[in-house]
Amino acid sequence: MVSLQGDADIVILKTGEDVVRLRQLLRLQVVAIKLSLVDQTKYVTAASELARNVLDYGGGGEARVQRLSDGMRQGIRIEFIDQGPGIADLELALKDGYTSGGGMGLGLGGARRLSDEFEIDTRPGEGTRITITKWKSF
Amino acid sequence: MERIPILKMGKLLLVTIQVDMHDRLAMVLQDDLTNRIVSDRARGVLIDISALDIVDSFIGRMISNTAAMARVLDAATVVVGMQPAVAITLVELGLALTGVRTALNVEKGMALLSENLGEGHG
Repeated sequence: MVSLQGDADIVILKTGEDVVRLRQLLRLQVVAIKLSLVDQTKYVTAASELARNVLDYGGGGEARVQRLSDGMRQGIRIEFIDQGPGIADLELALKDGYTSGGGMGLGLGGARRLSDEFEIDTRPGEGTRITITKWKSF
Repeated sequence: MERIPILKMGKLLLVTIQVDMHDRLAMVLQDDLTNRIVSDRARGVLIDISALDIVDSFIGRMISNTAAMARVLDAATVVVGMQPAVAITLVELGLALTGVRTALNVEKGMALLSENLGEGHG
């Protein structure tokens, strides 16, 4: 049973500076749940990739950072929400090397590899919500 | 405007990135370095990223592009000081920084660039 720990921190994503702000806020959180340095780096990098996707493809949006506990582990869940055009071909978008923008096409697949859990909910014309979670055993 | 300083040492340019770069700052650095290679007739560029605790695909691409532009302008680029956790993450992300020479620290990076010049770095 996963329970929420406190309120979510919401970071509005409109500019490149907001991506840096999210990285800094998240760094404090991953240190607080005592993730290893490698896991901290992986998770902050995953968040950075997804935040940039929100800017580049979603036309901006927000990230909600939520501390969790399931009794045995502490976790951090981040939801990336935009009201952009959505992703038409999800399978293609998750493939390495695929990009519809100017990037390297590593964002989605890379972020999935760097997180423990990865969920994506996208509707053409309505937007995209990507949720990632990283856990740390007590 | 906020800028990352570029130091000149003989025929080399040195950059130490000590802040968490946002996108625009990274692009300004890429442009500044490319311009300085030409204006200072530099033959080598050393980029110290030991203070960076993450390198995402945007920063990685900036580093790759800078190295590629430098190569076209007849200058070699060496990236030094990457933290182990950053290296592990980059590879897992799928970003191998192909075409970018790396060295463990500034000293080894300077030695590499000096060797390339076939003389001291004076």
